[in-house]
Amino acid sequence: MADVLNLFQRPKTFGHGIHPVEHKELTAGQPIRRLPFAPELIIPLSQHKGRPAIPVVKVGQEVVRGEPIAQADGFVSVPMHAPATGVIRAIGLAPTAEGPKTPAIFLKVYHAASQQVLYGLDCEPERMNAKNLIHAVQDAGLVGLGGGAFPSHVKMKPPGRRIIETLVVNGCECEPYLTCDHRIMLEHTDALMRGIRIALRATRAERAIIGIEDNKPDALAHLRARLPAHLPITVEAVKTKYPQGAEKMLIKSLLGLEIPPGGLTADVGVAVYNVGTLAQMGDLLPKGRGLIERVVTVSGPLVERPGNFMVPIGTPLRFLLKQVGLHGAIGQVILGGPMMGMSVASLDVPVTKPVSGVLVMEREESSQKDLRVYPCIKCGECLNACPMSLNPSLLGELALVRDYATMAGQHHLDHCFECGCCAYVCPSNIPLTQYFRIAKSINRDRKG
Amino acid sequence: MVKDIEIRSSPHLKRKMTVDRIMRSVVLALMPISAFAVWQFGLSALLLLVTTTGVAVLTEWFFARQSGQGNTIGDWSAVITGLLLGLTLPPGFPLWMAAVAAFVAIALGKALFGGLGYNVMNPALVGRAFVQAAFPVAITTWTPAFAPGRFVELIPSTLTLPFMQPVPVADWVAGLNLDGWTGATPLAMQKFQHLEAPLTDAFTGLIAGSAGETSALLILLCGLWLAWRRMLDWRIPVSVLAGAALTALPFWLLDPHLYPSPGFVLCSGGLMLAAWFMASDMVASPVTAKGAILYGLFIGVLTVVIRLFGGLPEGVMYAILLGNAVGPLISSWTQPRVYGSK
Repeated sequence: MADVLNLFQRPKTFGHGIHPVEHKELTAGQPIRRLPFAPELIIPLSQHKGRPAIPVVKVGQEVVRGEPIAQADGFVSVPMHAPATGVIRAIGLAPTAEGPKTPAIFLKVYHAASQQVLYGLDCEPERMNAKNLIHAVQDAGLVGLGGGAFPSHVKMKPPGRRIIETLVVNGCECEPYLTCDHRIMLEHTDALMRGIRIALRATRAERAIIGIEDNKPDALAHLRARLPAHLPITVEAVKTKYPQGAEKMLIKSLLGLEIPPGGLTADVGVAVYNVGTLAQMGDLLPKGRGLIERVVTVSGPLVERPGNFMVPIGTPLRFLLKQVGLHGAIGQVILGGPMMGMSVASLDVPVTKPVSGVLVMEREESSQKDLRVYPCIKCGECLNACPMSLNPSLLGELALVRDYATMAGQHHLDHCFECGCCAYVCPSNIPLTQYFRIAKSINRDRKG
Repeated sequence: MVKDIEIRSSPHLKRKMTVDRIMRSVVLALMPISAFAVWQFGLSALLLLVTTTGVAVLTEWFFARQSGQGNTIGDWSAVITGLLLGLTLPPGFPLWMAAVAAFVAIALGKALFGGLGYNVMNPALVGRAFVQAAFPVAITTWTPAFAPGRFVELIPSTLTLPFMQPVPVADWVAGLNLDGWTGATPLAMQKFQHLEAPLTDAFTGLIAGSAGETSALLILLCGLWLAWRRMLDWRIPVSVLAGAALTALPFWLLDPHLYPSPGFVLCSGGLMLAAWFMASDMVASPVTAKGAILYGLFIGVLTVVIRLFGGLPEGVMYAILLGNAVGPLISSWTQPRVYGSK
C-alpha cells in the first residue's frame, strides 16, 4: 500500500538540470574494500580551502598511523595526520591535480605496516559543548569530502549573526559513476548517524534532513529504518537529476529556499554536509582520531575491476590504478566525477581528502564523439539545462568576443558554479563551461 | 604504462546530440511531406524540390568556401532551407525562378549574415519573399492536385526558359477537364468569394496549394515526431496555432459567412508547415522558453490579421519574417530569473 501511495508522491527537486547516463551499476554493488599501503604516500599540506597546514614533523622522523604530522594555520585550516606508520622521507614539492606543484610531506611506509590505527586521544563528544565540538572537528582534519574540501568546522560557526536552523545531509551523489556515498550510507550507517548527532549539537540546528536521490531506493529504505527515535532527523527522496547534489540545488529542492547571490548557505539558516564527511565525523571524533583515509570510487570504461576502496590519503594514483587493473590506452584520469572533476597531468598525483572518485576514461579519438564545434544555433537547450537559470548561449557569444566584463557585469557570470550542464547539452559542441571558467579566472586576475 | 595522458577541462561527458544530427532529423521529417507533394502534383513538384535543394546546397558550398568556413554542407542546414523553400512554392513554379529563390535564400538570407547560426530571419522565407515580390504572377498561379498524367508530363510553366515569363497554364488546365477548377486556392476562394473548402479536405490535403503545404495532417504528424525527439521546440508551433485560432474565433462567431472558421484557418494555406517547420527555426526564434511562446503568439495573430484585413490571401510568411525581426527583442525581454535573485 505504501508503495502505491509513493507512486503519486513526486520527489522534491529544483528547476532545470540534466540526466546524464549514470554508469553507477559498475560499482554500486561493490562493498568498500581496503587496499594495501603504497610504498610511499604523498600528503600535500593544502588539501582544503583556506591556509595550508604547517608541518610538525622533521625529515627522518618516525610516525605512527594516525599521528598528527601538520597543524592547522589559523581557523580556516585543518591539520594533517599520518595515514600509515613509517618515516618522513622528505618535505618538498609534489604534483597536484590543479597543476602547480605544492608543498607536501613524503612518507615512506614501513614494510608490513599495520592497518591498525595506533594513535588517538581521549575524547567524549557526548560530554562536549558546541565550542569544544567545533575544535574537535577541526583537530580531526575534517573537510567536505564530497569534493568541496571546505573545512567542516568553519561551517559550524557561521560569521555574523547567522544561525543554523537546518542541517542538510547530502546523500545525492548526482555525478555519474560515483557510488562511494551510496556505499557509505549502506555500510557506515551507525557512524553516519553519530556524525549527524555531533553536527546537530555543534551547529545547534533544530533538525536534520537527509536528501538522497531516488535512484538509491536501498539507501533510502536502509536509512529510514535506522533513524534514531529521539532525534529530529528525516530522510527525503529527491529526484535523480544532475546537479541535485550541488548545495544550492539541494537546499532549493528540500526547503524551497534560494541562497542570495554571493551569499552563504547560512544566510538561509542551513549548513550542508556530505554523508561521507559526517560518517567520518561520527567515526573519528569518539576515538579522538584524525582523517587518514577515505572511500574512493575507482571506475570508468578502462578499469578492469572497478569498485569502492578505503584509500589512505596520499596514495599515488599510479599505485591505486595498478591495484584495479587497466585495459586499453589511458585517455584521461579524472579526480571526482566526470561532470565537475579535474583531469590530472600525472599519475604521481596523490589521492587527497576531496577526491571522491578516480575515473579512467578512453582516449578522445576512441570515444566516438563528434567533436566538431558548430556555431551556436540558439536552440535554447543550455537555458533549459542551467540550474542557476543563466543564459549560457548569450554568455558564450560574449566569451567569443572576449567581453568578460559584460559577462560578469550584466549577465551574472559569477553565479555560474561550473556544473557543466550547458556544455553537456550543447549540440554545437561549444565548450561553454570551459569558456566561463577562463572568463572568471581572467576577471579575477584583472580585479586582483 | 602511460606515455601521454590527456588533459581536458570539465565537463568530461557530452550528450550524443549534435547540430548535424538535429538537421538530418528535420530533413527526415520533411521527407513524407515532400513525397506527398510529389504524389499529389507529380513530376513538376519533384523537379521543383530537386532544384531548390540543389541550388541551396551549391550556394551554401560556394559562400562557405569564399568566406573560409570550409565545407559546411555536412551540417545539412542548407538542405532544409532548399526543401522548405520548394515546399512553399506553387507546384508549377518555373524552375529558373525557383533557382533564383534558392540562391537568394542562402546568399542574402544566410551567407550574408555569416552562415549557420547568424541568420536573422528564416532563409527559406527570405528567398520566398524575394520571388513573391519579383514574380507576383508566377507565385500565385496554382494548378490542380491529382491531375491525370502528372507522372508523365510536366506542368507547362515548369520548364520556362530563364528570364522568360511562364507560359499561361489556363489552357493546359482546361484541357484536363476537371470539374469545378477555378484556379484559386481554398484560401483565396475563402477570402475573395467566401467559399470555404470542406475542412476534411484541407486537413488531409486533397486540395490545391503550394507543393508541400496542403496536408495539415501529414505536417502535424511529422512535426510531432520531431518535437517528440526533442529536436523542435513544441512551444513555438503550439503558440503560433493557438494565436491564429484565437484571433480568428471572434470574427467567425460574429459572421461565419464572411470570416473563416478557426479550423479552416489552421488547416489552410501555409500555416501548418510554417508553424511547425519555419517559425520553429532555432536560429531565428527567441532562445528563452517564455520568449518562444510570445513569439509564436505574435506570428499566429499577425498571420490572421494579414489574412483577414491585408491584400493577400496568405500572411504567414510576412508574419514569421516580422516575428524573426522582433525575436531578439523578445529574447531580451524574457531573460530567465536567475537563481537567488528577486
